[in-house]
Amino acid sequence: MSAARRPWPLLAAMAVGYAFLYIPLVCVVAYSFNASRLVTVWGGFSTKWYGALFANQPILDAAQRSFAIAAAAATVSVFIGTLTALALSQLPPPRGRGLLSLLVAAPLVMPEVILGLSALLLFVGMQQAVGWPAGRGMLTIGIAHVTLCACYATVVVRARLSQLDPSLTEAAMDLGARPLSVFMRVTLPLIAPALVAAWLLAFTLSLDDLVVASFTSGPGSSTLPMLIYSKVKLGVTPEMNALATIVIGVVVAFVGLAYWLLFQRGGAASQDSVATNVRPGAGSK
Amino acid sequence: MKGARWLVTAVPLAWLGVFFLLPFLVVVAMSVAPPAAPGHSPLPAPSGLLREWATNGLDWRNYAALFRDSLYFDAYLNSLLFAGVSTFACLLLGYPIAYGIARARPAQRAMLLMLVVLPFWTSSLLRNYALIGILKGNGLLNQVLMGLGLVDSPVEILHTDLAVYIGIVYGYLPFMVLPLAASLMRLDFTLLEAAADLGARPLEAFWRVTWPLSRPGVVAGSLLVFVPALGEFVIPDLLGGPRALTIGRVIWTEFFSNRDWARAAAVAVGALVVVAVPLLLFERRGGRKEAAT
Repeated sequence: MSAARRPWPLLAAMAVGYAFLYIPLVCVVAYSFNASRLVTVWGGFSTKWYGALFANQPILDAAQRSFAIAAAAATVSVFIGTLTALALSQLPPPRGRGLLSLLVAAPLVMPEVILGLSALLLFVGMQQAVGWPAGRGMLTIGIAHVTLCACYATVVVRARLSQLDPSLTEAAMDLGARPLSVFMRVTLPLIAPALVAAWLLAFTLSLDDLVVASFTSGPGSSTLPMLIYSKVKLGVTPEMNALATIVIGVVVAFVGLAYWLLFQRGGAASQDSVATNVRPGAGSK
Repeated sequence: MKGARWLVTAVPLAWLGVFFLLPFLVVVAMSVAPPAAPGHSPLPAPSGLLREWATNGLDWRNYAALFRDSLYFDAYLNSLLFAGVSTFACLLLGYPIAYGIARARPAQRAMLLMLVVLPFWTSSLLRNYALIGILKGNGLLNQVLMGLGLVDSPVEILHTDLAVYIGIVYGYLPFMVLPLAASLMRLDFTLLEAAADLGARPLEAFWRVTWPLSRPGVVAGSLLVFVPALGEFVIPDLLGGPRALTIGRVIWTEFFSNRDWARAAAVAVGALVVVAVPLLLFERRGGRKEAAT
């Protein structure tokens, strides 16, 4: 069926698209095992750049800092994002909902450079006015990341909340459960997968951010992206190939695991749920 | 329980108010502040600023500079051009991928979608670094071009506008494909069979049936590429040449190199206008479309 449905020009265009997405990644992985410092010359198989990477203390320190910021920022973001999503889907609409929905959408379309600049001006102004935060560092980076990531977390959680059957919470209320216990025992378990997805998204965004972190960091609090950026600015360095390969490996492992959990282990059931999202006629014939 | 309900709104409202709305207002205030005297803190104290405004009025010199120096106008124009052309290129490259995904069997479809999303989860900085390795003078692309005999000597691609376009398309392609695939998956493909039965050739059926029905996906995908591409800093900075000035790069330079915070704030406010206008146009068009259907 697919041969008839997908003519060869379409398959060729798809192949070009996927090749475009993956050739750079494959190249980086290949170069990371190249003994030669020159990227263009194959000097034999070697893992020495991994050794150089793990002997590079500034990179290891920055990585540790970035992971700590990302984990903390993601956790706070999911908390605030969940509250926001609940506030936006509550009925009757709570007071302040209009302002909240505006404030949570704006950072999504605002250039990161402006988010970083405005966060920095605030921190400097607050330090002058009330003495807090004293200087800039991991705390200020984290706060700025939460502000951005919470908006993305809201989108993810809100999408899940809107799919929930309202009669479930109504039934719990009718049976006498109080709002907090309805949330803990009905809503929370149902939106748990979305909370995990939101946390991972926030974590990735924070771990990957260069611009906002550059504005809000202080001396001695360079994050991993800031270090990578300064190295890449100076030219291609083979340790970066090793670092990129590790990142790609971790992501492939995680996404592969998620895929396996969702589509292989669940087998037919989850594939049915994919199929039911599609109108009849689009399926097999 | 009224209290708890109120808290659900109040906590995020307080956070975003203090860490997003307030700084935004500081930027706006800063943009009409007098440029800092050398040696002084680049951020004036609020009391001094209010006194300054009370005696001399708002200081419009930062905005005047935006119009006087063509650098800023060029940066806004460049950003729009980079974002617009890249969005179109993403659409051209992404549409066939999304269409192929939508017509695949469900098991295959999940795999194909996962492969589109996967690069997004890796570091964007490292992906740009990977592109540099391919685009540079002795990189893979030039080796292939020379191997095929298309060019005799390496072509300069890295640090040109072309590299910026390639970088943006590479970075944002998943954001185009996902909404497109979502809207194409909802498409009832028997409509195409009906069109064929009625005598439409495949291209005509595509143009008159598939394309109009996939337009919500096209609009969503284009927005998801265009808006962040407008303010992009990393891609033009790493892949583009020194003249590939964009809004993001100008604000960065004003801030970090020139240390003129008031000017940077004015450029930022101008940039928001540039971002907001296409967004509002998109929304109005989208709204009218929805009203029409």
